[in-house]
Amino acid sequence: MRVEPAASVSRREGWARRVPLLPAFIYVFLVTQIPFVLTIYYSFFSWNLLKPGSFRFSGLDNYSTLFTDEMVRTAVLNTVVLTVAVIGISVVLGLGVAVILNSDVFGKGLMRTLMIAPFLIMPTAGALIWKHTLLNPLYGLLPYLLNPIGLGRVDWIGRFPMVTVVGVEVWRWTPFMMLIILAGLQSQNPEILEAARVDGANALQSFRRITLPLVRPFIELGALLGSLFVVQTYDSIYMLTYGGPGEDTTNVPFLLYLVAFQGYSIGKASAIGVVAVILTIIVATFALRTFFTIFQVEARR
Amino acid sequence: MITSLSANRSKILLSIVGWLVVFVFFFPVLWMWLESLKTEPQAASSPPTIFFLPTLSTFQEVLSGDFPPFFINSAIASITSTFLVLVLGLPAAYALAIRPVKRTQDVLFFFISTRFLPFAASLVPLYLLARDLQLLDNILALILIYTTINLPLGVWLLRSFLLEIPPDLFEAARVDGAAFRHEILRIVVPLIAPGLAATSLICLIFSWNEFFFAVNFTSSVAATAPIFLVGFISGRGLFYAKLAAAATLSSLPVLLAGWIAQRQLIRGLTLGAVK
Repeated sequence: MRVEPAASVSRREGWARRVPLLPAFIYVFLVTQIPFVLTIYYSFFSWNLLKPGSFRFSGLDNYSTLFTDEMVRTAVLNTVVLTVAVIGISVVLGLGVAVILNSDVFGKGLMRTLMIAPFLIMPTAGALIWKHTLLNPLYGLLPYLLNPIGLGRVDWIGRFPMVTVVGVEVWRWTPFMMLIILAGLQSQNPEILEAARVDGANALQSFRRITLPLVRPFIELGALLGSLFVVQTYDSIYMLTYGGPGEDTTNVPFLLYLVAFQGYSIGKASAIGVVAVILTIIVATFALRTFFTIFQVEARR
Repeated sequence: MITSLSANRSKILLSIVGWLVVFVFFFPVLWMWLESLKTEPQAASSPPTIFFLPTLSTFQEVLSGDFPPFFINSAIASITSTFLVLVLGLPAAYALAIRPVKRTQDVLFFFISTRFLPFAASLVPLYLLARDLQLLDNILALILIYTTINLPLGVWLLRSFLLEIPPDLFEAARVDGAAFRHEILRIVVPLIAPGLAATSLICLIFSWNEFFFAVNFTSSVAATAPIFLVGFISGRGLFYAKLAAAATLSSLPVLLAGWIAQRQLIRGLTLGAVK
């Protein structure tokens, strides 16, 4: 502890310490909590934005329709599928690339630089490049290249919409996982691996017994942060499939957008928002607690 | 002799595998650049044009067309919101790191929880608020929202950098009777220049690439670069070269910043947890 305990701090001193914190705190509090309270409030009303005077109290109607609505169920399922698939695949790929980049290979620095590009590219731009110039069955490069093995002229987005969205998101998130896992690998003491090698452990053994336990917290951190972002996927769905065909790629954020801005049902959209927040709080509380314990961000302060 | 030979062979093998994987991941970016250097007929040919004489004419066309205002809006929204995050975030991070207040951990937890609540949940009320305040299609709305999105990250990140400053420095300054403002400006700012860089980079990435609020809150006057790209969504007209050039230009600032500040990137993305 670098300062005296807060309890012994005088009142005036206490306020002097708090003042620098207040502008940021008040700002974030107002801009995030007022909308949230309003969302809860609107969720108890039936309100079509295009019909003036349609604002009326409807109790729990919005919620009860939510749980019987086929679209909502599909959207929740799609969100889970998308998140689990994207995080799972990109963690595995990211781990593989990180291990290669951590070993003695030619041009490591350049490899890393090129590898992080997909994460930095504007997601809307990346999605459009995939959609039109790579996957288009007529003009795209991929169908042309895959033609010899009989996969030419496949309408990827039309026939495998979820696979396409997952693929594009994996392309974007693998570099993210790679960066975090690589940082973990680089924090490893090479002497331990050398000692294991001298003791007769082969590469696979020392990877499983020494390296993997060491980078596990980094993998967990990447997966946690990544899933909090991937749950909110909107850009690539908007650009690649617009939630379709049908509702095949509609996730919760996209459904909320459709209900609010295509259906103008403010009450129902708000109810979806409230449910999304509750689900996120459950996941995030667990995730952030883990984050705190893994890295002991606070333990000593 | 034998071991070094086999070590060499495995190095070459691993390098080849690594470069193949990197090539696959980087290829869409490379292809975007190649497409942007083609003429429209070359970019939308079947089969795709592999060999061609590069031309900058598509870039010229995009830059002399209606694209620049979108780009400028992106720059205004990201730079202003990043500046606000630093101005509001640095004192807050200072209060949480150097002079911990009661319930520091709760405050930190509150900040970060707001960052990970679904944006979608605040879309409707923020939209209605913006509408009533005449802020729809106004860059100010995006600036305020991006500041909100990035401020929690900024506070966390700046705090993690502040914790690394030896406390003696502050003691010395306080003994000298330095006022709070001077303490921040004279001691803190120079020492956490890397922290300010990391924070700015992360803010830039998230605000520059932001689409959800941009597409729902702006239409023409305040529309940002990703909204320009929405115009290519149907692919009708086959303006692939123009699409690729606009995508390249839109991605350039974040790509360059991320490449230059790779060290800050990892620290920023993990909220300071991974150094």
